[in-house]
Amino acid sequence: MASGNRTPFKNPVVEWVDSRLPLFTLMNKEYGVFPTPKNFNYFWNFGAIAMFMLVTMIVTGIVLAMNYAAHTAHAFDSVERIMRDVNFGWLIRYIHMNGASFFFIAVYIHIFRGMYYGSYKQPRELLWMLGVLIFLLMMATAFMGYVLPWGQMSYWGATVITNLFSAFPVVGESIVQLLWGGFSVDNPTLNRFFALHYLLPFVIVGVVFLHVWALHVTGSNNPLGIDVKGPQDTLPFHPYYTMKDTFGLVVFIAIYALFIFFMPNQLGHPDNYTPANPLVTPPHIVPEWYFLPYYAMLRAITFDIGIPFTDIVFIPAKLGGVLTMFGSILLWFVLPWLDTHPVRSARFRPQFRIALWVLVAAFILLGVVGGKPPEGIWVILGQIGTLYYFAFFLVILPLLSRKEKALPLPPSIHEAVLQQKKSVGVQA
Amino acid sequence: MLRAILAIALLAGAPLAVQASESSHTSVIPDVQFSFEGPFGSYDKAALQRGYKIYRQVCSACHSMKRVAFRNLEALGYNEAEIKSIAAEYSVTDGPNDEGEMFERPARASDYFKSPYPNDNAAKYANNGALPPDLSLITKARFGGASYVYGILTGYEEAPDDFTLMTGQHYNKTMSGHVIAMAPPLSADMISYEDGTPQTVNQYAHDVATFLTWAAEPEMEQRKKMGVGVIIFLLAFAGIMYATKRKIWADKH
Ligand code: HEC
Ligand code: HEM
Repeated sequence: MASGNRTPFKNPVVEWVDSRLPLFTLMNKEYGVFPTPKNFNYFWNFGAIAMFMLVTMIVTGIVLAMNYAAHTAHAFDSVERIMRDVNFGWLIRYIHMNGASFFFIAVYIHIFRGMYYGSYKQPRELLWMLGVLIFLLMMATAFMGYVLPWGQMSYWGATVITNLFSAFPVVGESIVQLLWGGFSVDNPTLNRFFALHYLLPFVIVGVVFLHVWALHVTGSNNPLGIDVKGPQDTLPFHPYYTMKDTFGLVVFIAIYALFIFFMPNQLGHPDNYTPANPLVTPPHIVPEWYFLPYYAMLRAITFDIGIPFTDIVFIPAKLGGVLTMFGSILLWFVLPWLDTHPVRSARFRPQFRIALWVLVAAFILLGVVGGKPPEGIWVILGQIGTLYYFAFFLVILPLLSRKEKALPLPPSIHEAVLQQKKSVGVQA
Repeated sequence: MLRAILAIALLAGAPLAVQASESSHTSVIPDVQFSFEGPFGSYDKAALQRGYKIYRQVCSACHSMKRVAFRNLEALGYNEAEIKSIAAEYSVTDGPNDEGEMFERPARASDYFKSPYPNDNAAKYANNGALPPDLSLITKARFGGASYVYGILTGYEEAPDDFTLMTGQHYNKTMSGHVIAMAPPLSADMISYEDGTPQTVNQYAHDVATFLTWAAEPEMEQRKKMGVGVIIFLLAFAGIMYATKRKIWADKH
């Protein structure tokens, strides 16, 4: 970002600004000529898409906040007033409501991309960890946002999830009371959740800035997972990737728009159209779909952990579930040190590739299980899914790091692309 | 070994069997067609007016619709004068006036539908302890939406022999658990239709389900119309972007 060797701009106004604050030089360097591997596939679209969703959420959220009343007696009514009486209020709310889902879709694909192509490996560990932090902040934001309309699922979801913290020994109860601002989910809870729901997206913006900064230091990974060796391997970001990203983004928005305009409540739960009632518990309390896999892991621990055949319990089932749930994501922070295999891309790691696809299957299975009542076969399926999830990170990855023999790597991106053109290969 | 496998199979099977027996009590939602379904669907105004008539003359005895105002009836095809006269049939409490007194006055277009009971406790007291839910959002608040409401209204049956019902309870195949505290509210020919539409329970249920869907989603027609335009625009835009991208990338792939 140094302003040392600046090439002057022709436009005098731009030049006047740039010679005092080299904003234009910065933009040109980071988004104009920025050298980008020439072999990206469409998985590389989802970072830009996630960025678009973040901005969409902030803009629609601020408009909603202008009409929203954070009080238990008015919250539900104020959201209904937005839906019925505020000009295009229904549109703003449906964009925000479905936007949370599509933000998660984009970020899940983005994370999968990182795992598949080994983008978390040296030298991008910090970049990856900042991404995991963004994901955690998003989860907190979305959870608190879902409480705001103060429907039945808002209230009972908040009750179930905040209660989890009481599982921690010693400090648990105090944490829960701090979250609630009292002795149950009530008006103080709604107020602090609204304040935090307004704040956290801007914290996310800050971390996204660091995330992108780190990216621009190391440069992007690519589907081959091999390093860029020279200018013949790259293209300037503009116009090649600005165009490709815009095309992908528009397709994504089209699918998102299908939901907003034609099935806006498909991804939500009908119970949230009944105002919160502390006296009536819904038969099945379920979180939003994007939390279901973690919810399944929470409920998979149905047993105390202690010394067998004695009464000694180290970790009661509830605490075990909570640790499992939080652990499932915290594990991602240390992923670069669990998988130390020198080859990045799954394309050249056949065993890793299979194990990763099984992980995807297990994750989807856990998502299904999370939406079902915790009984019968669902408990067992949830436990199998959870077991595989943790085994993948803690056993399979370290093992493969040492044992797996990778396929031969191409000499360079440039040569691989030429090779592919000759064999009329389809980009995978 | 064999015993162990058998035991595990039984253990795994038992909850499944419980689930199966429970599922015979789950909600049966009929498959009914409505004019507002699909991406180009719109409300049938005549059905909305008939449905409103059913609500006004039957359901409103027990169910409130607090989120709908008389002015909203414009969407059903009523003009300003008609809305004024509909509203004026109700009297609402207003005030306090200059002397500090509350007073009754005829409702205006800007007033919301009048609730049958002053509060939830009064509503429960009058209905054997069961609360008749507010109907403004009912089609969004239940899986199945309009079909669910239609199912509730047409789903009353003779209870099976082994099924015990308390006083005030009725057997209904759409209600989850199959027990509902609402007596069958509709019967054939109870409301007269001037436009020659058949006066059957099924028709009444269909009309009132249409009206309740409008009440829950008054923006639906505007939303879908706008959606069609937005999707067409985005597809065209995506096409142009794709062509541009191809052209720019032509010599690079
Ligand atoms: C005599 C009073 C009464 C009338 C008239 C009445 N209802 Fe109800 N309704 C109730 C009560 C009480 C309940 C609560 C039932 C329960 O919780 O078991 C109820 C429940 C319902 C439910 C919700 C079922 C559920 O899923 O919880 C719907 C939908 C409904 N009524 C629709 C209607 C419609 C439409 C009409 C007009 C055609 C109507 N009701 C007329 C008393 C009435
Ligand atoms: C990371 C970005 C964000 C995410 C993931 C997110 C998520 C959510 C979710 C899931 C809901 C519940 C939607 C519903 O069921 O109605 C919600 C509601 C809400 N959000 Fe956000 N949000 C974000 C940013 C913001 C911002 C920046 C603001 C404004 C300052 C905001 C203001 C609101 C308001 C006022 C509501 C309540 C109205 C409603 O429920 O529709 N949000 N948010």
